[in-house]
Amino acid sequence: MPQAAAQDRQGKIMADVKARKRPLSPHLQVYRPQITSVLSIAHRVTGVSMALGGVLIAVWLLALASGPEYFAIADGAITSWIGTLIMLASTWALAFHLCNGIRHLWWDLGYGFELDQVTLSGQVTLVVSGALTLLTWFIVA
Amino acid sequence: MSFKTPRSRVIGLGSAKDGVSHWWTQRVTAVALVPLAILFVIPFGQSLGQNFADARSTYENPLHAIVAILFVAVAFRHMQLGLQTVIEDYVHQKGLRTAALLSNTLLCALFALVGVFGVAKVAFGG
Repeated sequence: MPQAAAQDRQGKIMADVKARKRPLSPHLQVYRPQITSVLSIAHRVTGVSMALGGVLIAVWLLALASGPEYFAIADGAITSWIGTLIMLASTWALAFHLCNGIRHLWWDLGYGFELDQVTLSGQVTLVVSGALTLLTWFIVA
Repeated sequence: MSFKTPRSRVIGLGSAKDGVSHWWTQRVTAVALVPLAILFVIPFGQSLGQNFADARSTYENPLHAIVAILFVAVAFRHMQLGLQTVIEDYVHQKGLRTAALLSNTLLCALFALVGVFGVAKVAFGG
């Protein structure tokens, strides 16, 4: 029966779809980085990196509860030069993700979608996150 | 005219099986984290590099302990939802995707408990 044969052929093509990698239209190779796209991926990258930072914080808190020997190890690691570097980067990551997060919430309320508004809010996010980072280190260090 | 079955109409979720709850919870946790993150980070940052006794005294203070517990719990929930979106965006092989999503949920729950337990133990004088 021709119908069954056609469906069988389509089944084979459909099964093939998963096996075959289809080409995508180029994006990273052709689009100039803009404040919109760069801040968007930065929001994701800072979020993921803070996932790792969050684990470290949880472990540090557990070490604090587990006695001076464990605390010494955790605190030693976090105050080493590499730990300090990670903490500095994490401070900026938090400040940026927080500011850009507020920008996202503003969008969720329906405001600020015009291109000039998006650009301005993006610039404000970068400036405020930098200022918050410095302020935090000033207060904390 | 709704083409939904009576059961799906009653359950009230869409085709993603989750309705809008993931999206909304992400927003609620985000709003909560604005003050919580700020209130947590300052004392936490100050306690890094302090001696053991001083660091402990920070979290024996009930206000710092409560903020820390709330921060850890809410942050790991926010993190779990965010990482779930990232996994869904980039992992498409069925087995790996399931494993990744499952690990995400379980590990976020685990480390949330680790953090909350740590603070609670210090705060209750353990």
